[in-house]
Amino acid sequence: MLGQLGESAKLLAGGQSLIPLLKLRFANPEHLVDLNFISGTSFIKEAGGALRFGAMTRHAEIEHSALAKKIPVLHDCGAGIADVQVRNRGTIGGSLAEADPSGDWANALITLDTTVHCLGSRGARKIALNDFVKDAYTTALAHDELVTEVEVKIPPKGSGGAYLAFKRSAPVYPSASTAVQLTMDSCVCKDAAIALGCVGLMSIRATDAEAALRGQMLSDKTMAAAAEAARAAADPQSDIRGSAEYKRQLIVALVKRAIQIAARRAGGEEIEGSHLYA
Amino acid sequence: MPEAIAPEKISVQIKVNGKPYSREVEARLLLVEFLRENCDLTGTHVGCDTTYCGACTVLMNGLAVKSCTMFAVQADGSEITTVEGLEQDGQLHPIQKAFGASYGLQCGYCTPGLMLSTHQLLSENPDPNEKQIRHAIAGNTCRCTGYMNVFKAIQQAGRNMKGA
Repeated sequence: MLGQLGESAKLLAGGQSLIPLLKLRFANPEHLVDLNFISGTSFIKEAGGALRFGAMTRHAEIEHSALAKKIPVLHDCGAGIADVQVRNRGTIGGSLAEADPSGDWANALITLDTTVHCLGSRGARKIALNDFVKDAYTTALAHDELVTEVEVKIPPKGSGGAYLAFKRSAPVYPSASTAVQLTMDSCVCKDAAIALGCVGLMSIRATDAEAALRGQMLSDKTMAAAAEAARAAADPQSDIRGSAEYKRQLIVALVKRAIQIAARRAGGEEIEGSHLYA
Repeated sequence: MPEAIAPEKISVQIKVNGKPYSREVEARLLLVEFLRENCDLTGTHVGCDTTYCGACTVLMNGLAVKSCTMFAVQADGSEITTVEGLEQDGQLHPIQKAFGASYGLQCGYCTPGLMLSTHQLLSENPDPNEKQIRHAIAGNTCRCTGYMNVFKAIQQAGRNMKGA
């Protein structure tokens, strides 16, 4: 159908970003192809050491899924996006395909081993999330291709993660967000993945911050070093959600807090964590 | 001047408050406009029209949605509940009674949306604590900022419904 309609057509998933963009005339497609009536596109299942999410799985379904809680970052993210009404409609596949620089899912999933399953006129392919998001609002999807599934490997035992986003109020995009995934051997951090959201054109991997933790005993000093490295990696713009300096400061606080939650979860503790409101 | 082309209409069947409505609508018509203009149900309000304020909240198959952020054609075949559908047989719904008794409203503009978000919350959790209430109504903005009495009303409504 997309092949027939050409470039003037756009896919409509949950619509919680696209419909507001249409109203503002930021998007002006001649045709919308609504994906909501296609059955079998919303599911959560475990297979082959991974959780698999149908592209049309709503944020609320992930929030309430016992299976998704196996990877706490997913629950943190699903439970905190916007508000109840938006979570009842918005989808994980739509969020990734839109690639909004302030979107939550890409930033949360980039710290995990995530593969995006795509389908188009030339057949099916799997793309690592890292290669899927190309730039702000730009993905590797061809015009006549869509996301069918998001596959997330379940991290090994001893690994824990957290996703924290700071928002002025529930329905708005975060001012800054971070995802942290730590693999711990008692107090020593064996591996770390740290991503920063809303402070660049796409999610930023804070590799220096990761290096500051890797192989180190987690202490106030190492956590502060990682948070400072994250501040340096952030590249925010001043806008309605805060000045660039304010957002850098937020990143420092969020990264520190997320490291602490991730480390405790790696040790098997159950901790509630999610989006924070001003 | 080119002749205006009449936009193509699509036929929809939507059950609103238990009553079936069959209408021919433009694909671009928003659900909230369908309810207000095509069904004459003006209890559902348009506040911000930008997916922020939640004044347009209705239930679609039991779940709260912002009716300004859906097309009417997307609700084809579904069941919608608006504030007009809360009362039964001339009796106010326990949620409506509680909002009245606890003064859970000031100007009233956000109230229909708040009551429908409350409906989803209480159907899942009849005895919510304050944190759960905050999480449930975070998508409903009250510009009079009368949230404290809204919390009381929601807790009262939960008790009313359990007793019912």
